[in-house]
Amino acid sequence: MSHIKIDLRKEDVDFIKGVCASYNNDTQELINVLHSCQEHFGYLPAEVQEVVSEGLNVPVAKVYGVVTFYSFFTMTPKGKHPISICLGTACYVRGAEKVLDEFKKELGIQVGESTQDNKFSLSSLRCVGACGLAPVVLVGDKTYGRVAPDDVKGILKEYE
Amino acid sequence: MQYLSDNQNSMETIKLTIDNKEIEVPKGTTILKAAKELGIDIPTLCYMHLEDMNIENKPAGCRICVAEVEGRRNLAPSCSTNCEERMVVKTHTTRVLNARRTVMEFILSDHPKDCLICAKSGNCELQSMAHRLGIREIPGSEYAEMSTYREDTSPSIIRDLDKCIMCRRCEMMCNEVQTVGALSAINRGFMATVAPAFEQNLEHSTCTYCGQCVAVCPTGALTEVNHVPNVLRALADSTKTVIVQTAPAVRVALGEEFGLAPGTLVTGKMTAALRALGFDYVFDTDFAADLTIMEEGTELLDRLSRHLKGDTTARLPILTSCCPGWVNFFEYYFPDLKDVPSTAKSPQQMFGAIAKSYFAEKIGINRKDLVVISIMPCLAKKYECQRDEFSVDGNPDVDYSISTRELASFIKQANIDIKNLHDEEFDSPLGESTGAGVIFGTTGGVIEAACRTAYELYTGKKLERIDFTELRGMEGVRETTLDFNGTPINIGIAHGLGNARKLLNDVRSGKSKYHAIEVMACPGGCIGGGGQPLHHGNSEIIKARAAAIYAEDKNKPLRKSHENPFIIKLYEEFLGKPNSEKAHHLLHTQYFDKKKKIIIKH
Repeated sequence: MSHIKIDLRKEDVDFIKGVCASYNNDTQELINVLHSCQEHFGYLPAEVQEVVSEGLNVPVAKVYGVVTFYSFFTMTPKGKHPISICLGTACYVRGAEKVLDEFKKELGIQVGESTQDNKFSLSSLRCVGACGLAPVVLVGDKTYGRVAPDDVKGILKEYE
Repeated sequence: MQYLSDNQNSMETIKLTIDNKEIEVPKGTTILKAAKELGIDIPTLCYMHLEDMNIENKPAGCRICVAEVEGRRNLAPSCSTNCEERMVVKTHTTRVLNARRTVMEFILSDHPKDCLICAKSGNCELQSMAHRLGIREIPGSEYAEMSTYREDTSPSIIRDLDKCIMCRRCEMMCNEVQTVGALSAINRGFMATVAPAFEQNLEHSTCTYCGQCVAVCPTGALTEVNHVPNVLRALADSTKTVIVQTAPAVRVALGEEFGLAPGTLVTGKMTAALRALGFDYVFDTDFAADLTIMEEGTELLDRLSRHLKGDTTARLPILTSCCPGWVNFFEYYFPDLKDVPSTAKSPQQMFGAIAKSYFAEKIGINRKDLVVISIMPCLAKKYECQRDEFSVDGNPDVDYSISTRELASFIKQANIDIKNLHDEEFDSPLGESTGAGVIFGTTGGVIEAACRTAYELYTGKKLERIDFTELRGMEGVRETTLDFNGTPINIGIAHGLGNARKLLNDVRSGKSKYHAIEVMACPGGCIGGGGQPLHHGNSEIIKARAAAIYAEDKNKPLRKSHENPFIIKLYEEFLGKPNSEKAHHLLHTQYFDKKKKIIIKH
């Protein structure tokens, strides 16, 4: 796991503490707090988790446990255009792995990584519920259906 | 038919049948407990219940304890399934036995196969279960992938998470019982494991090294750092004089590693074995415990009398400070209260300081040629003896600390037949102790020892009753008011760090009414320490050890620390009086603020 070190500014700490306070510093609201923080920062580096831990009086190990358990939470920044390939059952049997391999090849990154210029990041998903369109690829909010490995170059070109 | 007293309040009972036997149980009883009453021992793995300490782990995760319940489609985990009226349970049908075997095979398929060299071999709950279930092969092991993790070594504890079976006991102890929160389950599925935040090394977390995680781990995932090779090297070095000190909690548990019943006192045999191993002097930490009482008792009386005279700078309550797990805990979580604990060092460290000064002088040896080893029920002691402040010019007061388990292993390696040794005595002068020194090993013992001395020094009268039974017991938080000839002294006692936290929160908010608080990090006190023979979830073992401690105390001719003639001599010849400049320099310490700070960039 590549851990990025960041420097927190006072306004960052204040923001996080503010979110915790808006939930009454209730330990049970950890997931909601993490959602708000990820929306604001784009990701949840260790330094942010430490402030959340202090704000909600939850051990930082537990915060880390929740962050790593849910695939939505990420400790590395997502690219400007986050690409998610669905590997659920329908997509999988219709060749989603080959599509994933093509994205890996074109971008030169592994699942969970971002490109050098932070333009694209790659992740895999479980079923998004659009099985009729399998294999499904999401780029940001846009959904692509019936994606074949040959379509990958074209999709990436749209974000040039 | 048997009645269980699990649930006294609701007298509503339930009748059910287990393996064709009828039983009536209070509502809320689980199938597992009901079966036990019938003499049916359903195997369990992740489940653990230390009944006398109110500590229970039942994540229903391993699924080893499954049983067939008529009318239920799936097998039920008996540890977490409550009995219901007219329930019919079968605990060893073919379906159950096959399921149990399959579960076991899955667990073993992702487990390293190094029993031959694993520290837990012979003492491993997973190994015992595989044996009990007659596992002879693991289908798919030729090609099955294994989840592997980076091994992590701290001063006291080794984490080898390849061997973790996700029983969650360590997480439960660390979070619910100790409220330290250094460990948490992380990730999901195949890569799920238990780790400190950000999967850092344990030594960068808030781990106090209390070792309770090690004490409950059913596999070799969590073990102690092994210093036996270092001890062996010292003993083999002819230029070194090697001294050993043994903690009180060791002598009431060591015998268990050799098949003796829990609570068997093996003081004499332990001493003989240590001599047979080649130690030049076999001394007793209890001597240093008596010394601790002299220093800490003086400190307590000083703060108390100043307080009674209206001196607002007198800091009360005073907290005991002999437990390094506890010291780490308040340095992390209550550094604002750094001036509250006693400044007295622990008996282990006082012993080292005196051995390498007073005793070294007596036998005419340079402290660099002296090696001090301690045998402790504790894993935090391994960390404690490495603390920078406990050394002189880089030479530590205590060189290595080994646990009761390591000593037993060492004795076995040296082919010493400990059970058949004749009892021997400790050497003089650092081996003579009173009963007050012995009771340090159990919860309530330190404060009782302190009170025996404080009472007589404060009132000038002789104690009519030496046994302060009101300070004894296994409840997590205990309190009592003692009468020091008209002056009421409020005593608080906590064992288990979660209980200590409760008392410390009151001290911080100013609500604490105690004059003195004793804290031991481990449930039960040192007798339940992280380095003791494993109890495997049986709290009766811990109770038996406590009983043996009090029995040893009762049999001692002297039972009050200030009456120890060798302690009196130590002050006359060397220290002067308690908290003299020399005593303060050698036997007192300071504490540090270790609270994690958020760093802000400006």
